[in-house]
Amino acid sequence: MAGDWEIVIGLEVHAQITVKAKLFSGAAAAFGAQPNEQVSLVDAGMPGMLPVLNGAVVRHAVRTGLALGAVINLHSVFARKNYFYPDMPQGYQISQYELPIVGEGELTIELADGGTRTVGIERLHLEQDACKSLHYQHPNKSYIDLNRSGVALMEIVSKPDMRSAAEAAAYVTKLRAILRTIGSCDGNMQEGSLRCDANVSVRRPGASLGLRCEIKNLNSIRFMRDAIEYEAARQIAVIEAGGKVAQETRLYDPDSGETRSMRSKEDEQDYRYFSDPDLLPLNLDQSYVDELRDTLPELPDARKQRFMADHGLSSYDSSLLVADRETADYFEAVADGRDAKLAANWVISEMPAQLNRTGNALACSPVAADALGGLIDLIADGTISNSIAKDVLSDMFDSGKPAAAIVKERGLEQVSDSGALEAAVAKVMTDNPERVADYRAGNNKLLGWFMGQIMQASQGKANPQLVNQLLREKLAG
Amino acid sequence: MSELTQLTLAQARDAMAAGEFSAVELTDAYIAAMEAVRGLNCYLLETAGRARDMAAASDARRAKGDVGALEGVPLAVKDLFCTAGVPTTAGSHILDGFTPVYESTVTRNLWDAGAVMLGKTNLDEFAMGSSNMTSYFGPVTNPWQRRGDAAKLVPGGSSGGSAAAVAARAALAAIGTDTGGSIRQPGAFTGIVGMKPTYGRCSRWGVVAFASSLDQAGPMTHDVRDAAILLGAMAGHDARDSTSMDRAVPDFEAALSGDIRSLRIGIPRQYVMDGTPPEIDALWRQGIEWMRQAGATIVDIDLPHTKYALPTYYIVAPAEASSNLARYDGVRYGLRVAGDSIQEMYENTRGEGFGPEVKRRILIGAYVLSAGYYDAYYLKAQKVRTRIADDFHAAWEKVDTILTPTTPGPAFAQGEKMDDPIAMYLNDIFTVPASMAGLPAISVPAGLSAEGLPLGLHLIGRPFDEETLFRVAGVLEDAAGFDARPALMAKGA
Amino acid sequence: MPLDRENVRAIAQLARLKMPEALLDSLAGELNKILGWVEQLGEVDTDGVAPMTSVVAATLKQRADIVDDGDMVEDVLANAPEETRNFFVVPKVIE
Repeated sequence: MAGDWEIVIGLEVHAQITVKAKLFSGAAAAFGAQPNEQVSLVDAGMPGMLPVLNGAVVRHAVRTGLALGAVINLHSVFARKNYFYPDMPQGYQISQYELPIVGEGELTIELADGGTRTVGIERLHLEQDACKSLHYQHPNKSYIDLNRSGVALMEIVSKPDMRSAAEAAAYVTKLRAILRTIGSCDGNMQEGSLRCDANVSVRRPGASLGLRCEIKNLNSIRFMRDAIEYEAARQIAVIEAGGKVAQETRLYDPDSGETRSMRSKEDEQDYRYFSDPDLLPLNLDQSYVDELRDTLPELPDARKQRFMADHGLSSYDSSLLVADRETADYFEAVADGRDAKLAANWVISEMPAQLNRTGNALACSPVAADALGGLIDLIADGTISNSIAKDVLSDMFDSGKPAAAIVKERGLEQVSDSGALEAAVAKVMTDNPERVADYRAGNNKLLGWFMGQIMQASQGKANPQLVNQLLREKLAG
Repeated sequence: MSELTQLTLAQARDAMAAGEFSAVELTDAYIAAMEAVRGLNCYLLETAGRARDMAAASDARRAKGDVGALEGVPLAVKDLFCTAGVPTTAGSHILDGFTPVYESTVTRNLWDAGAVMLGKTNLDEFAMGSSNMTSYFGPVTNPWQRRGDAAKLVPGGSSGGSAAAVAARAALAAIGTDTGGSIRQPGAFTGIVGMKPTYGRCSRWGVVAFASSLDQAGPMTHDVRDAAILLGAMAGHDARDSTSMDRAVPDFEAALSGDIRSLRIGIPRQYVMDGTPPEIDALWRQGIEWMRQAGATIVDIDLPHTKYALPTYYIVAPAEASSNLARYDGVRYGLRVAGDSIQEMYENTRGEGFGPEVKRRILIGAYVLSAGYYDAYYLKAQKVRTRIADDFHAAWEKVDTILTPTTPGPAFAQGEKMDDPIAMYLNDIFTVPASMAGLPAISVPAGLSAEGLPLGLHLIGRPFDEETLFRVAGVLEDAAGFDARPALMAKGA
Repeated sequence: MPLDRENVRAIAQLARLKMPEALLDSLAGELNKILGWVEQLGEVDTDGVAPMTSVVAATLKQRADIVDDGDMVEDVLANAPEETRNFFVVPKVIE
């Protein structure tokens, strides 16, 4: 967004906590169950029902706060947020208001120009999920499934420190990586484990904050970027036309690429927050917090720095590797005692392609780290070429066999014998005198054609570096 | 057979243990009694069939030597406790047709102790009231009448049905709930013992919630011993209630030593109030004298914030209620009144389903929590509440139990005090402070008014020291020797 | 500041209570009486006093992260005024 406008963005991220049961009940929190199967009497808001706090949720919230360098509030309070909506059976959501469990923290993002920006975090609090679970098959009825009601969420509120859609995307990407690394949220946006609300406003540089609009329920980073860009442009257009931006809640429609105002009266609600009398205040000991700090794994930033320093990897490649813990762990296992850059290449490019093709996640990869390592060893010692190796990997996924066995069975060893290669080069030159003349006349691109012929004739087994070298020598005349 | 309904719980327990009669015989006597006093409207639901089955099962257990603390004891249950398979109304139209599939922890404890359920008793709607006049199912009539006057009187509330049932001998004992005085005040109006334990002593799981930080289940009985026995069976930590306290339940009955010579009884100056009828103060002074004669030391104390307890209660309780009652919306259970949209359905259902007092309190509650008013009302009230609790905290340095009147007068006539909500609220002026501080308290019938109506005296105890409270109450009861009986009680077949 | 009929209408809407027009004024009167009465709390000095957020001094109990509840569709729907194929049915919800 060029020109004399500054975009100001704050994000509220709702992260579903990786626990088996709900925040205040023992019903399951898993995704995808049959309607109303994961609902207890407490979740259904039956008369006389009471909440009981899931201790694992507290641990995850504290660890997340520590991973964000945030203040852990040893005294926090659960509060009721009162409003009427059909998938909020109690008529209130149990959340935290004035005294959240985690206070101010920060998160650093890398900017496109190579610089960094530290985005402030305002707070993190615990709350029950209020995700809409209504179905609209009927023209004048709605169908309610309470499975999601009461699922444990962390709401992470940033300060309005971001200045572009790209920065917002970087923030969410980094936050997601941290959450996945420490295991407090799986970050699966398609399943709704991670959702964003974006607060967007615009102002002239140096001016005070403009009125903001909140775009709710963005469930992909790409949609979030598009929505923020659209919204900022919309607001600028409104102001430049002499109008005022109305402070309101909006929804993003990915089909039209536009944001639109929400019809619901949620904005006008007075939530009448008060501390929940069915629960006592949550008081934590410093020793509890300290013990949890000791359980934190190496965080993405630290790990990335280590990969760059110890293995000489680029910033870009390192960022990809630390995006989640499994990938980073897998890479380290492969890279152990091997060429790290080669290992990085295979983990970043080839593995994802094969995993996608076979519908596997890295955590359940049919090709374990040491198996991939075995394949890389064969490349490193010249037994097979890079392109043959890709074929071998595919075979490893399908057959489950180790690389060495496949290479042997299929006779894929690279041909590096100079005699054989010289003969192949001589043959292709003899068979194609016009092209040889063409090449010697200056058409260097034909080298690729000659390479292709030899590779084809050798079923890809000719050592490409040696062939290339020989061709250059012989073609030079 | 008619004598069976004239026993106390302890007497019936001991008689059944001695084989004098069976649980079935005892229950049959009470079933007949329920029928005899139907005109009082104590019960919303009589569960005679179930009662007989439970009594028979009790006798079978006893035959095998399996005897619980309440074995074979027929009880009435305030219709605020969810009872599995038995309709539960909370005295309201909005729970039309609601039959819980779950049993409240407190009633579960009763049945596990061998007790028998006679039925669900009438109450002020959602426990909001001091007269049982706000029930959707009509008022309860106090079995007591003024001398020479046939006017129907209120039994007090909100546990009016339970109180009347016990006083009228249509239940051996009953359980109720007390939020601002809803067990103790009707206890005083009907000449029985009504006790509210320390907040957290009994589980609230499965009790229809009114004001979460105040509600407590408690016993309503003929005498102090019965209350101690019944509370012992009701109480206990419940992991499903985060406000229930993890403390062992002492043997309350064993605390009734009859000896209070080492104790200091506090008399709070601030409970002397303008407008209190002289006979109330006279009974109070009489009670102080009984304590002195029993060897206790009398100590004047100050509870400076006493007069603010009632207005504080009428901010905090409605606020919590406005939120607790938001779940009654016609979606998942109870009454549903159609609407074109869901929000309209909510409004129609709640508009038609709730009575005027409940609506009044929901509106007050929503208002005092609303933006702009929260600080001045709700936050202020919560701070005053701390002050009230601090007053008691300081008092416990000097005294062990506090003695006050229970109510500012005897039972009044049905229809009185209905025009002025505050006049009705003032019924709880002496009982509310103990509620705000979460303290155990008990009302013991101590005398009769000039017109022959029961009057109670009220004792407040230290947190979780119900034992001392029962001990003092037992002595007070002995000294008072209250043995009057109401006109409209069941005398048996 | 006393409530008028419009205030009462607004609070009633907040609490989803349908109130007949004819009652709004008398209700305002009743509520004002109660609010006027509770205003005496202003006489109490509460500087530096913490609001009472829990009646009992105790630690908030935390349960273990195990699935030991739910899986009771029939119980959950047992009292539903309207249900179909294990969903609660309500009038159209407008987003």
